[in-house]
Amino acid sequence: MSWDVIADNFARFLDGAQLTLLLTVIALGIAFTLSIVLALLRDSPRWWLRHMIGAYTLVFRGTPLLIQLFLIYYGLAQFEMLRQSFVWPWLSSPLICVLIAFVLNTTAYTTEIFAGGLRHLPPGEIEAARAYGMSPWTQARRILLPAMLTRSLSLYGNETIMMLHATSLASTVTLMEITGVARNITLNYYIQFEPYVTAGALYLLLTFVLVGAFRFAEWRWAAYLQPRRG
Amino acid sequence: MDKLIVTDLHKRYGAHEVIKGISLNAKAGDVVSIIGSSGSGKSTFLRCINLLERPHKGEIRVGNELLATTVDRRTGELMASDARQLQRIRAQLSMVFQNFCLWSHMTVLENVMEAPMHVRGLTRSEARELGEANLAKVGLLPKSFGQYPAHLSGGQQQRVAIARALCMEPEVMLFDEPTSALDPELVGEVLKVMQALAEEGRTMVVVTHEMGFARNLSTQALFLHRGLIEEQGHPGELFDRPQSERLQQFLSGRLK
Repeated sequence: MSWDVIADNFARFLDGAQLTLLLTVIALGIAFTLSIVLALLRDSPRWWLRHMIGAYTLVFRGTPLLIQLFLIYYGLAQFEMLRQSFVWPWLSSPLICVLIAFVLNTTAYTTEIFAGGLRHLPPGEIEAARAYGMSPWTQARRILLPAMLTRSLSLYGNETIMMLHATSLASTVTLMEITGVARNITLNYYIQFEPYVTAGALYLLLTFVLVGAFRFAEWRWAAYLQPRRG
Repeated sequence: MDKLIVTDLHKRYGAHEVIKGISLNAKAGDVVSIIGSSGSGKSTFLRCINLLERPHKGEIRVGNELLATTVDRRTGELMASDARQLQRIRAQLSMVFQNFCLWSHMTVLENVMEAPMHVRGLTRSEARELGEANLAKVGLLPKSFGQYPAHLSGGQQQRVAIARALCMEPEVMLFDEPTSALDPELVGEVLKVMQALAEEGRTMVVVTHEMGFARNLSTQALFLHRGLIEEQGHPGELFDRPQSERLQQFLSGRLK
C-alpha cells in the first residue's frame, strides 16, 4: 500500500473537494430557484405550460446525465453557427458546460419532487386561503411554497446527495474535482486503490454534512407532518 | 342594518341545476340556519356566497357593497369583475369549514394570525394580541398555541378554525356543517362556542344538521329541498308547525 502518495497529494484532494462543493452548491442553488417556479406552474390550468414542463422533465430525467453533458460539451461544438456566436466563449468552457448540464438535469428532478410535494397539500387549505381573501401571490408565498418545500424535504434531500455524487462526471471533461484528482493520481503513480478510496471517503464526509443539514431542516420545519412528539 | 343580502342565486353543474333561485337576507345579529337533506344544495349555496363556487346568476351584497360580477363566457358562470373587491369581500365573510381546513404547516397561533397580518394588514403584535384573545375565547389553553393542527383533536381544531374566523372581525360568519366531521363526543364543545357567538349578536349563516342549534339559537331558518327554499321562517314556527310535507318528513326522520 502506498498511502504516502495520498498524504503527499492531499492538498490536491482538498482543491478537488473545493471544486466539487462549488459545482454542487451552484448547480443546486440555481436549480432550487428554477424548480420552485416550474413546480408551481407544473399543474397550471394552461395546458401548453403543463405539457412543456412535463416534456422537459421527461427528457432530462429520461436520459443519462453523462449523455447530456457530452451533448453540451462536445455536441454543440459541431454547429458552426454556435462557434461563431457570442456565447461560444462560455460554451467552450468545461466549467460552464458542466454547470449547464447539472442545472438542467437536477432542475428536472427537483421540479417533479416539489410538484409532488404540492400535490400532497389538502385542497381545503388552498380553499381556506382563498376564502380568507388572500391574493394569488399571497397564497403562493404563504401557503403553497412552505407546504411544497416541507412536504418534499426528504425526497429533495436525496436529490441533493445524488447531485453531489453526480458532480464526479465533471472529471470526464477535464475538471479536477475530487474524482478528477483521484484519476489523475492513478495515472501518475500507477496505483488504483488508494486514490479512489480517498475520493470515496471525501464524498462520504460531504454526504454526512448534507444528511445532517436535512435532518435539522426536517426537525425544524416539517415537524407538523410527524406524529406528536412526547 | 343589512349585513348580507343574496338575491335569486342559481347554480348548475353541467345541465344539472343544483340551486334554482335562492335568496337570503341577514340583518346584524341574525343567525340564519340552513337545513335540508344532503343534496339539497345547502353547502353549495353557502360556498357561492363567497364565490368558492361560481354561481350562474344572482346578486351578493355584503354590508351594502354589491359584489361586481361578469359572466365568464366560456362556462357561463359569474366571476368577480374586480379581484381586489372579491378579496376584500371574502375577508369580511370568514368561513368555517366542515373539515377545519387549518393550514397544517402553521401552529395554532400562526393560523389565527396569518390572515389578519397578510390580508388585513395588521402588525405582528396586533395580530398576536387579537389571536390570543380569540383563542382564549374559544377555550383553547395557551399551552396548545404552539402546537400544530394535526396534533390536536377535531374539536380543538374546529375551535381554532372558529378563532381564525373571528380574527377577521368579519361582517358575517359562514359555517359549512361545522360539526359534521367531528366524533359525537366532540360536537358539544364546538356547539357551545357557536352558541356563545350567537348570543353575543354575531351575524352568522350556518349550514347544519344540528337541529337543536337551528331550533334554539337561530333567528331564521331556511329549509332547502332540491335547490329551492321549501319553507322558511322563525325556527320555532318552522320546527313546531311545518307546513310542507317535505319538511314534516325531514323533521320526523330526524327528531324522533
